[in-house]
Amino acid sequence: MRFHQRAFRLFKRIGIHALLSLYSLAVLLPLVIMVVNSFKTTREIFLAPFSLPAVWSFQSYVQVWQRASFGVYFANSLWVSTLSVTAILVIASMAAYGLARYRFRGVDALRLYFLAGLMVPLRLGVVPLFVLVQRLGLLDTHWALILTYVANGMPFSIFLLSGFFRRLPQELEHAARIDGCTEFQIYRRVMLPLVRPALATVAIYNFVPIWNDFFFPLILLRSDHLKTIPLGMTLFFGQHQIDWSLLFAGMTLASLPLLALYLMLSGHFIRGLTAGAIKR
Amino acid sequence: MHRWVEKRVYIIMILPALVVYTGFMVYPLFTSLLYGLYEWEGLQRGAFAGLANFRTILWERPFNVRFFNAIQHNIYFFALTFAIQSTAGLGLAVLFSQGGRLMTLYRTVSFIPYTLSLVVVGFLWSLMLNPTWGIVNKALAAAGLGAWARPWLGDPRTALTAIILINAWRWIGFPVLVFLAAIQSIPSELHEAARVDGARGWQLFRHITLPLVMPAVLTVTILTFIYDFMAFELIFVMQGSSGGPAYSTDVLGTLFYRTAFGESVAGGDIGNIGLGSAIAFLMFLIVGTVSLMAYRWMTRRETEY
Repeated sequence: MRFHQRAFRLFKRIGIHALLSLYSLAVLLPLVIMVVNSFKTTREIFLAPFSLPAVWSFQSYVQVWQRASFGVYFANSLWVSTLSVTAILVIASMAAYGLARYRFRGVDALRLYFLAGLMVPLRLGVVPLFVLVQRLGLLDTHWALILTYVANGMPFSIFLLSGFFRRLPQELEHAARIDGCTEFQIYRRVMLPLVRPALATVAIYNFVPIWNDFFFPLILLRSDHLKTIPLGMTLFFGQHQIDWSLLFAGMTLASLPLLALYLMLSGHFIRGLTAGAIKR
Repeated sequence: MHRWVEKRVYIIMILPALVVYTGFMVYPLFTSLLYGLYEWEGLQRGAFAGLANFRTILWERPFNVRFFNAIQHNIYFFALTFAIQSTAGLGLAVLFSQGGRLMTLYRTVSFIPYTLSLVVVGFLWSLMLNPTWGIVNKALAAAGLGAWARPWLGDPRTALTAIILINAWRWIGFPVLVFLAAIQSIPSELHEAARVDGARGWQLFRHITLPLVMPAVLTVTILTFIYDFMAFELIFVMQGSSGGPAYSTDVLGTLFYRTAFGESVAGGDIGNIGLGSAIAFLMFLIVGTVSLMAYRWMTRRETEY
């Protein structure tokens, strides 16, 4: 009897791990194929699709970076995402602080006003956004994207940060005021450092979708030299359809930054990206 | 003067957010509700048209055929995604919640695709499903199921399902980790008490775990619904702006895009803004009503506990 139970448990555990390994394989195999094939020549990709390369060659990476202007796309993505996220952190944390720690007439209405954008996808307003950007003379500039991302980032970022600011004890403020801090210094030097974990969450929550975004660049950008990686990639796929080693190298390059960051900071990533759906 | 500013510093702190948010989010969303009520000549607004654009979309051929075709595809997209995430997704979360080093590893792996851009996912899988090179058909052949091999994305009968499964491949890590967080927040005493009462395996899951992760399941379902009704990138990248072959993968997102911004795949054109905005309004209506209803139902249920 004892032995039976133990054997059953062992089988169950082996079964579970077999299932999960199979699942992990299904997740990882396409990515492994992508990376491995990027080091082969196109001829080799077709002759031996699933073998390791005979010679590991960085040739396609060099070509993708220079000839297919991936270097330019990469720089654009980095510039747009970094500037947008920095602006979101500064603007949203100030607003969240103002809304969370001051009492004034209309503060509740204002909170609700910011909260209202939480469930509505900005995509549905993309036509007026396009017209607005065009009238402002910002069409086909990075500013159009950055302003869009910052606006879109406000509801959730303010919501999350004001929750954290509200929980800080009142005594900190009083002490700082007695020490002669101005109101802004209290925010900047005393309170902001205390919500650093929340700032990290907000940064990741916004950075990943902005880095990966394809929709707004598609609508708001035209010039090739301004395109971000996801949009640049579609162009590149049209041009190099026969050159598969370039395609695999391009996809690998596009995914590498976030993949590396994720593997280094997986806890932060998971917390940041699921923050919208988990109650604290 | 200085004291006046000090006392009202919150105005200055809130102002930048208020301006950007109002200008680039609230204003476009609000005016998009109005744009559908006008005639448009390119970017130039014409006469007030009443509900003419809506009549065209809902009752005139071929617009109505395209519109209802797209809606059906969105519903199918949501239904299949929902089915996958609330069975396989919940199952994975339950397994991961047992803890241990290997489980942490599986968990980390399951979330990897979620960090990829949909453009990369789309291109990668269109190579994987390539009829001659693709690994999927090769794997089927190796398993003795060579007869099943087909051009998955080129066949109107399989294209949409293939895309939904690819989307699930990328997306599933998100529901799994949200469910996992919900399971882990259940106090362990509840399970222990039930175990003392003789509950085992399935009973524990059915009567303790499931009711307590229900709120998380609902939240994720609402988010999935919104997300799936906004679906665009995968289909645009893999099947083009008209959701080929023969509109078999056309969804509201692609229909809206090519109505408002033209058929061009390069972007930057302008199409029929009036009709496009009417579609956007109808999408707004669907997403808004359903998520509001679900949200109210959810908050009412929670107070009952």
